[in-house]
Amino acid sequence: MPILEYEALEVALPGMARPILDGVSLSVAEGEAVALVGESGSGKSVTARAALGLLPAGARVGGQVRVGGAELIGADADTVRAVRTGKASMIFQDPRAGINPVRRVGDFLTEQLRLVGGRSKAEAEARVLELLGAVGLPDPPRHLRQYPHQMSGGMLQRVMIAGALTADPRLLLCDEPTTALDVTTQAEIMAILRRLQREKGLGLLLITHDLDLAAATCDRIYVMYAGRIVETGTAAELLAAPRHPYTAGLLGSSPPLHGELTRLVPIPGSPMSLAQSAPGCAFFDRCHFAQPGRCDQAAPPLAPLGAGMVACHRVDELANSAAQEIR
Amino acid sequence: MTPTTLLRVAGSAARRLLGMAVTLLVTSFLVFSSLYLAPGDPASFLVKGRSASPQELLAIRQQYGFDDPFPVRYWHWLEGVLHGDLGRSYLFHQSVGEVLAARLPATLLLVGVAALLIAVLGVGAGIVGALRRGTRTGSAVLLLVTVGAAVPSFVAAIVLRSVFGVQLGWFPTIGNGTDLLDRLHHVALPAIALSVTFMALVTRVTRSSMLDELRREHVEVALSRGLPRRTVIRRHVLRNALGPIVTVGGLLVSGMLVSTAIVETAFGMSGIGSLLVQCVDQLDFQVVQAIVLLVVAVFVVVNTVVDLVHPLIDPRVRAAGGAR
Amino acid sequence: MSISTSLLGNPLGALRRIGGGPLTRVSTLVLVLFVLAALFAPWLSPQDPTFGELGNNFVAPSPEHWLGTDGGGHDTFSALIEGTRTSLVGPLAVVVFATIGGIAVGLFTAWRGGWVDTVVGRVLDILFAFPALLLAILAVALFGKGLTAPVLAMAVAYLPYTARLVRSLTAQEKVRPYIAAYQVQGHSAVFVALRRLLPGIMPTVLAQSTVNFGYALLDLAALSFLGLGVQPPTPDWGAMINQGQAAVLQGEPLSAIVPAVAVVLVVVAFNVVGEHLGDRLAGRES
Repeated sequence: MPILEYEALEVALPGMARPILDGVSLSVAEGEAVALVGESGSGKSVTARAALGLLPAGARVGGQVRVGGAELIGADADTVRAVRTGKASMIFQDPRAGINPVRRVGDFLTEQLRLVGGRSKAEAEARVLELLGAVGLPDPPRHLRQYPHQMSGGMLQRVMIAGALTADPRLLLCDEPTTALDVTTQAEIMAILRRLQREKGLGLLLITHDLDLAAATCDRIYVMYAGRIVETGTAAELLAAPRHPYTAGLLGSSPPLHGELTRLVPIPGSPMSLAQSAPGCAFFDRCHFAQPGRCDQAAPPLAPLGAGMVACHRVDELANSAAQEIR
Repeated sequence: MTPTTLLRVAGSAARRLLGMAVTLLVTSFLVFSSLYLAPGDPASFLVKGRSASPQELLAIRQQYGFDDPFPVRYWHWLEGVLHGDLGRSYLFHQSVGEVLAARLPATLLLVGVAALLIAVLGVGAGIVGALRRGTRTGSAVLLLVTVGAAVPSFVAAIVLRSVFGVQLGWFPTIGNGTDLLDRLHHVALPAIALSVTFMALVTRVTRSSMLDELRREHVEVALSRGLPRRTVIRRHVLRNALGPIVTVGGLLVSGMLVSTAIVETAFGMSGIGSLLVQCVDQLDFQVVQAIVLLVVAVFVVVNTVVDLVHPLIDPRVRAAGGAR
Repeated sequence: MSISTSLLGNPLGALRRIGGGPLTRVSTLVLVLFVLAALFAPWLSPQDPTFGELGNNFVAPSPEHWLGTDGGGHDTFSALIEGTRTSLVGPLAVVVFATIGGIAVGLFTAWRGGWVDTVVGRVLDILFAFPALLLAILAVALFGKGLTAPVLAMAVAYLPYTARLVRSLTAQEKVRPYIAAYQVQGHSAVFVALRRLLPGIMPTVLAQSTVNFGYALLDLAALSFLGLGVQPPTPDWGAMINQGQAAVLQGEPLSAIVPAVAVVLVVVAFNVVGEHLGDRLAGRES
């Protein structure tokens, strides 16, 4: 049974031309690492937050989100709290914004155990010190008494990870966990996350805009564009042979991690805002292969292709060749 | 706290206290020299309205050293003030210190009760206004703030006195009262009248400060960890919103002290505020000068204390080394 | 300026152009009505407010006395209309002096910078410790009752608010390229500051002054209420409330309530309009 499962999740804000999420289906099995990749504004963060019952205020919501079998859409407060305090935790992008700056780090780490878990202060601190050791923070007792501004971004992100683990979750949601950090720290944080995920057999959903990072870290990848999943497959497949023009574009627009730097090919144009909508493929305006009269008529469905799935009208014609070419 | 942080905290506290001393010195000089702005001879100005024999005028001349150079006069006066000698009231034939001391308790009670009302109701309304934003309750708070900020204490006094004092007869309309309960009964309406404007300001600041903090990402993080909303509001929103609320509270102190003049006069209470009005009216300048100095000094001291306490409310201030 | 000239042509059109919600429009209307009342008071007030008809005291509102009479038989409506003049002229003088002085101090210190800026900044900080009403009361103690001394004292008390605003706005503008361009062209600093920089920041300063007007009106009304400001028989709202106090205890609150309502109305209107102006400027910038 998957630890996290979305079925046709739809989230719409009143007054907007298109929904934030439009029929998102996605699953993460126990012990599996899955990435959700997309540009900012594609809806990937909203997707992740939905797994904790955090939805934009006033949004209209449809579909299903299940965490460890518990349905979250339309759930009562107790169910939501049970998910948040034992099934799933989230690691946010910027630890400096995500940890209350006027309270001590120890306070952030222990508050869930003390205030919801009913543990004593001593019990909570013992547990937290253990976790701080596990995320590789030197001299944990000293850090408990510090304030966030007294620690570096990388150390704070370790604190955030330890804080996410205090409730022993089975699912870890990571929303761009390394974007706010400097490059050397990024690799360390990702290594810690992968090690913990494997050791504890956690399900992991990594939200990122970086397809290479996703491929290096995760087993499977979902690519999201304008609130829809446009391609999914195993990390190796997707990286070797992207089939949606958008996926191919993402690969072309990021510098290769290894090997020499080839010319970067940016995706032309900018992503569609919530105020815009299109009757056809949302990527139509920016696509090299868009065919007027076909691609702008109806949105392409997400259809199985090989081991993965792709949402593109021209996927058969383009096959591998064209997508390879643009790479 | 490491020794270096401790040193830095002590250093910034010392700097603030020094700044306070300088400000107090300058304000005392301004208050002192104001006497010499008055038209005519300062000695006869001080006994204006009362018949003074040449001997009395001579005594005043000697006491104030009007024949000394100006800085020397200031120095003598300041020495006296620092020793608690604020001069003599010609109206009450007592030392100014005694006149003030007799009326201080009533004013302290009035200001204290008003401050309590402001802290509880003002902050409370601000919290409700922020949490219920966009609803009927939230709009009601906004309306109350707009109207309340424009209702001066003398209007509030007239209305409260008319409705609850005269028409309904629930509260006394004049005087200070005798024992503690009676005093509280007497001070209720004046304290409400005094607090209305300031309550509106505190509500407004609390509301906007809460709204700022509600938007912070760490609030979402706390919610995502399953903490009850009420707990998150208390521990992460209200706690973080305290800084601006306390700062504004400190700035309101002088306005409140001056407004006691209006409220005490309107309710026929005897206190520092009504004393100020009485002494301006009857030209007892020594007392006026002392009260002006007192109000400004309290303001400066309270705001220095607020500055000193600020690092406890927001540890980030401590890191900045107390830079303004 | 443009509001008053266009008002002569098409009053409703002008009101619509002000924009904002219904609250802003009503507030503007309230202000216009009171300003008109102040301008045409002698023609508008039906009776002589200083003439007290003995035996005609505490008359209830009637066609003859729209808002009744006070304890001395004076017509409350007429006193309200005539009192508009003193009640608005005082704060106007305070705000005009404080604005001119604040602009001068703010422009000069920001333009000069350095130690002048630091020292003047400190002095302004110290002035903040003196509430306007306290300075006004001190002025009365020194120079006697009336309007002149308190108005000047309050102008000094309000000056730091404008000065601080002008200082920070000028400091922001001064580093913009267009200022340097004017100076390169050989224009004098005074010319650039007054003719090129000032017009740009003036709307923001006026928005602040509009809000200050409301507070100055409150302070001056309070002073008259204490019997230290405008002296009877000169009609004034604060003085009217003061006179009406005794009547409140006799269960005849109307002659005190009427001017009190007028004070609150005008102050609310000034706050609403001032904040609307501020919001509109903030919106234009972002």
